[in-house]
Amino acid sequence: MSHYITPLFNTSLKIPLFSSSVAAGFASPADDHLEAELDLNEYLIAHPSETFFVRAKGDSMQQAGIFDKDLLIVDRSLTPKDNDIVIAAVAGQLTVKRLVVKLGKPWLYPANPNYKPIPIKEGSELHVWGVVVHAIHKVSNLS
Amino acid sequence: MIALVDCNNFYVSCERVFQPSLEGKPVGILSNNDGCIIARSEEIKKLGVAMGTPYFKIPDLIKQHNIKILSSNYALYGDMSRRVMQVLGRFTPTMEVYSIDECFLDLSGFSQDLTTYSNTIAKTVKQGTGIPVSIGIAPTKTLAKLANKLAKKGIAGNGSVLVWNTLAEPDKLLATLPVKELWGISSGLGKRLNRIRIDNVLALKQANIQLIRKQFGVVLERMVRELNEIPCIPLEMIAPKRKQILTSRSFGTRLSTLPELRAAVSVFATRSAEKLRSQNLCTQTLCVFIHTSPFALDKPSYNNAITISLDQPTQDTGLLIRTALAGLERIYRPGYEYQRAGILLPDLMPNGMQQLSLFQDDSNDNPKSERLMTVLDAINHAHGRHSIRYASQGLSARWQMRQQLKSPAYTTRWECLPIVTIN
Repeated sequence: MSHYITPLFNTSLKIPLFSSSVAAGFASPADDHLEAELDLNEYLIAHPSETFFVRAKGDSMQQAGIFDKDLLIVDRSLTPKDNDIVIAAVAGQLTVKRLVVKLGKPWLYPANPNYKPIPIKEGSELHVWGVVVHAIHKVSNLS
Repeated sequence: MIALVDCNNFYVSCERVFQPSLEGKPVGILSNNDGCIIARSEEIKKLGVAMGTPYFKIPDLIKQHNIKILSSNYALYGDMSRRVMQVLGRFTPTMEVYSIDECFLDLSGFSQDLTTYSNTIAKTVKQGTGIPVSIGIAPTKTLAKLANKLAKKGIAGNGSVLVWNTLAEPDKLLATLPVKELWGISSGLGKRLNRIRIDNVLALKQANIQLIRKQFGVVLERMVRELNEIPCIPLEMIAPKRKQILTSRSFGTRLSTLPELRAAVSVFATRSAEKLRSQNLCTQTLCVFIHTSPFALDKPSYNNAITISLDQPTQDTGLLIRTALAGLERIYRPGYEYQRAGILLPDLMPNGMQQLSLFQDDSNDNPKSERLMTVLDAINHAHGRHSIRYASQGLSARWQMRQQLKSPAYTTRWECLPIVTIN
C-alpha cells in the first residue's frame, strides 16, 4: 500500500507588516501583535452586491428596535423566514413589516396593533422585497 | 457553452425595484435632456410607442393610458448594473460584461444541466437585485445572442431561459428569422445580403463561406461560422481601451450667443480631459461641433464641425479648453438657435508614449501640467464634480440638461435613500 502526501492549499497565513520605523532605534513592542483594522462593512454587510440601504419613516417598531429615521440595512439575498423583519411592497409602497408563518401560511404583521395583519397570497402583487438585518440610529436621537 | 444574460427592459426594471407602484404599468424612460423615449416597459411597447419616439409627440397617448414617463437616472442604472454583474460573477470564473445590461458567461466544462443552472442564475439575480433577466445558451456568442432573443420573445424555451441545443429543429426556426435580426447585421449589410438572396438566418448559415469572405470580409465570415456552431469570437475579459471619446449634450434651452456656447464647450472639454486622465490616455486631435435642432423645421438650421491638431498629445484640461474655444470661434455663426454641441477626441494614445516635438520650447510644462491635473482631479473627486473649475466654464448653466422627471439616486446618495414606512 502506497501513501501519498498531498499538500494543503486551502489555508493561508497572513503575515502582518512591521510598520514602525527601524531607523527610530527601537521596534515598537506592539509590532508582534498587529491585527487587521476592524471594518464595519464586514460586520454589517454579508452580501454587498445584494444589500441596500433604506430610510425608515413612521411609528416606531419598538419590539424590533426600529425607530423613525433609522437607516435599515436590507439583505435581498436572504430567504425570508418566520419572525424576520422584512421590507414588503404593499399596494405599490415599500413598508416595514414582520413576517409571521402561521399554519404554513405567510402573513405580514404591522408594527401598529391597530392595523390588521395581511396574508401573502400566491400571485398577488404584494411581495417581500428584502430582509432587514440591521437598524442604525444615533443614540442621541432617542429621548 | 456560452450564456448571454440580458436584463429585461433594464432601465424600467431599475426604476420598478424602488417604485413598486410602476409594476404592471406602461413606463417610458427619456434620453438625456428629456428628448426621446429610449427604454420601454412591455406595456408601453404594446401601446405601439416605438423606440426613439420624441416625448413631445405623444402627450395624448400618455394622458389616455396613464403612461408613466421618467428622465434617465444613470447613477441608479450604473449602480444596479454593477450589482447584477457582481452576482453573475459568482456563477463562472470567465465573463465578459458586454454592455450596461448584457453579459456573456463562459459555461464550458460545466457538467450540470444548463437549463437548471440558468434558472438558478436568473432566480438569484432577480431575488438579490430585483432585476429580471433572460438567458440564452449556445455553443457560440452569435447563437447565444440569438437564443436570448428567442427566449425573450417566448418563441421557445421555458420562461426566460433557452438552451440552443434543446431545440428540436433549430434550422426551421432560423429560416423564419430575417438576417437583420442577427447581432451585428446593420440594415445596410442586411440589404446587401438580401440582394444576393440571403434573406433569412438559415440562408446565411448555409451560404458559401469563401464567397462570404470575398464579398463581405472576415467579420461576416466569422458570424457564418458561429451560426454553424464553431466559436470564432472569444470572450473579451478585459475591456479594450477606448478608441475615441465623445462628450456631447443637448441643451436644456436653445442657446444662440457665443458666451453661452463657450461655457458649454468648456465644460465638455473639461469632462473629455477627465475621461482621458481616468484611462491614462492622451489626444493630439480635437473636434468641436455645434448644431441646431433637427425638429425645429420652421427655424434656420446650421451644422458645423472643425477638427484641430495639437502640436503635442495632451491630457491637460486648460489646453483642451483653449483649443476647443478657438475651434468654436471659427465655426460659430450668430443668428441661430443651437440645440447641441460636443467634443470628439477621435484619435487616442496611451499617455507617456508621445513623440517630443523638435521645436517645443516649453519642455518643462509637461510635468507641471501633470501635477496640476492630479491635484485638480483629487479635489473634484473628494468634493464633487466642478468644485474647482476653469473660469470659462461659467457659473450659470442655462444650457444644462433638462431632467425634470428623474427619480432619486436611491442607491448612491445618503439623502436619496428609498423611504420605507413603518405601519
